[in-house]
Amino acid sequence: MAPQSLNIKPARLAPVPEGLALSDGPGGERIFAFSHQLNAPAVSLLWTPAHAALADLGGAAQSLTLNVSAVDYMDGSGMALLVSLRAMAKRAGAKVQVVGLSDQQAHLLELAEGAAGMDDAEEAPAMQDRRGGKGMFTKSLPELYASLRLLVCFVGECSLVLYESLRHPERVRWKDVILSCMAVGVESMPILLLIGFLMGLIMSFQSVITLERFGGEIYVPNMLGLVMFREMGPLVTAILLAARSGSAFAAEIGTMRVNEELDALSTMGISPVRFLVGPRILSSLIVVPFMTLFFNFASLIGGALVMLSIGFPLVTFTSRVFANVGVADLVGSIGKIIVFSLLVAGVSCLRGLRTGGGASAVGRSTTAAVVSGLILITVADGLFAVLFYYFKI
Amino acid sequence: MADSEPIISVRDLTCAYGHAVVLSDVAFDVTPGEVFVVIGRSGCGKSTLLKHMIGLLAPQSGSIVMNGRDIVTAAGAERLEILKGIGVMYQGGALFGSMSVERNVGLPLEEYTDLPEDAIRVISRVKLALVGLGRFGHFMPSELSGGMVKRAAIARAMALDPPILFLDEPSAGLDPVTSAELDVLVRSLAEALGITFVIVSHELPSILAIADRVILLDDETKGIAAQGDPRELYAHSTDSRVRRFFDREVAQRVATPPGVAAHGHGSQQQEARP
Repeated sequence: MAPQSLNIKPARLAPVPEGLALSDGPGGERIFAFSHQLNAPAVSLLWTPAHAALADLGGAAQSLTLNVSAVDYMDGSGMALLVSLRAMAKRAGAKVQVVGLSDQQAHLLELAEGAAGMDDAEEAPAMQDRRGGKGMFTKSLPELYASLRLLVCFVGECSLVLYESLRHPERVRWKDVILSCMAVGVESMPILLLIGFLMGLIMSFQSVITLERFGGEIYVPNMLGLVMFREMGPLVTAILLAARSGSAFAAEIGTMRVNEELDALSTMGISPVRFLVGPRILSSLIVVPFMTLFFNFASLIGGALVMLSIGFPLVTFTSRVFANVGVADLVGSIGKIIVFSLLVAGVSCLRGLRTGGGASAVGRSTTAAVVSGLILITVADGLFAVLFYYFKI
Repeated sequence: MADSEPIISVRDLTCAYGHAVVLSDVAFDVTPGEVFVVIGRSGCGKSTLLKHMIGLLAPQSGSIVMNGRDIVTAAGAERLEILKGIGVMYQGGALFGSMSVERNVGLPLEEYTDLPEDAIRVISRVKLALVGLGRFGHFMPSELSGGMVKRAAIARAMALDPPILFLDEPSAGLDPVTSAELDVLVRSLAEALGITFVIVSHELPSILAIADRVILLDDETKGIAAQGDPRELYAHSTDSRVRRFFDREVAQRVATPPGVAAHGHGSQQQEARP
């Protein structure tokens, strides 16, 4: 309802919610008279209509008056509405006045001035270097070069740490290595054995179904031994290592980065690579070959179960499993898993060291560690396949 | 102010961690619009009291009535209404690291109001402008200094315009100048918006600068050793516990190296007291 004292004609505008009265005064003045409360529930109803009513400001109306003298209560939401309407009017080139504010409210409005209409250009420049790493495809050439350089430095530092470990084993933090061995190896045994058993079972079973058409079930143990020892054993063990331990490495070191614990190490003159990465890589190198053997063993048990179920005696299974598996296959398998464990542990620790700021950065590092580990394992496995072919291993 | 109905009323509050009693039969009122500070030595139960008042912990017994509702016994929708009526600034800020500062401030508005998105954006910016961070809305929390984190956390605590704000050690980790700026901010918000502040602090300069009333918790009796205007307590109280706190007296059992005074800077004022 238009304020009686101002003797103004009501504006011909769309209906607005209770609490706001729109009118046009003389000389192109647009008047918004607020009443009752300007709190979040009221502002949620008033926001859109109030802004829509200013759409023709600057054309039909040359000035805006915001009258809050009939408002019983105004909080931050109400203040924001006034700020936004005032900013919109000023952008349209109209004169704006707010009447009915107390001294404190007027002071707050002044403080909040500019908050609504702030362009991004007026905001303080963000610090891009603390926002965490970008993905490979979003980096510029100099950034890629910097990343590559860091990678080379990291590989060099790790190699130095491993070399020093061999030359001076007394300097190695063996307590940390043993703890890491427990976490990487011992604690992963249940899942490792379960997956190994199931893989052996499933592969043997599927092979039996196919080969029994040709009367060739007898060759299932040969196939199982060859596939597991040469390929699946190292590969699946490495995948488990990446998923389980690689993510843990990245998360632990990443959290230390976020909590400035890595900075504390550096300022104490202790290399984070020697202190944190070295024990993790060493523990992976120590336990992963054994993990692979256990995995293979579990898979053979699964295969034996299948063969027993179709009537083949155990002695037949055991005699045929190693018929095509030689020392070279075993050595090659160990060599593969050593390379895989180096890649997985190394890249996971690197991702942890490169964590940005905040909890979400730790999550990103953990994901990147697992994904990078899987990619590196796959690429390395392909290279090994080519290598073994040409060297007839 | 002294005659108005209390906005917070704590009665017979006993708090414990397992069998270890931290507070026993604590009772006090907070009047609307005052800056009320809980003070005491480290480990006397200040943060424990705060956590009980904001509903993070349940007491062994007692009541904490805020705006006419007891947070100890409230559940479901009633408890939610109480929580919407308070704002909390945690000691470390506790800003969500995956969101920009502006989104942090707007989160309560997104959750509890039907305000359109652009309205939330403007309200968030206004809140940030009120705490002097109007140009930093797009920053991530990890890009802010310690003082800025605290300011942003206060802005987020104010998002729903609660009548009561709880601040946990607002000056912790801040330099004296930044701490003083935060004190000015608290006082101006209290006066301009009529917000009731409940602050846990052990920073003497801040306490003396901004508190309307304090309660001093005692770790020996597990209760309140003194309460009142901190400037009056500092100037006139003869209670040994009050004197130990305000004069920064080191306990006899703590060995004082030669050349180091056993009293803090406050003891210089002792001669001026009657």
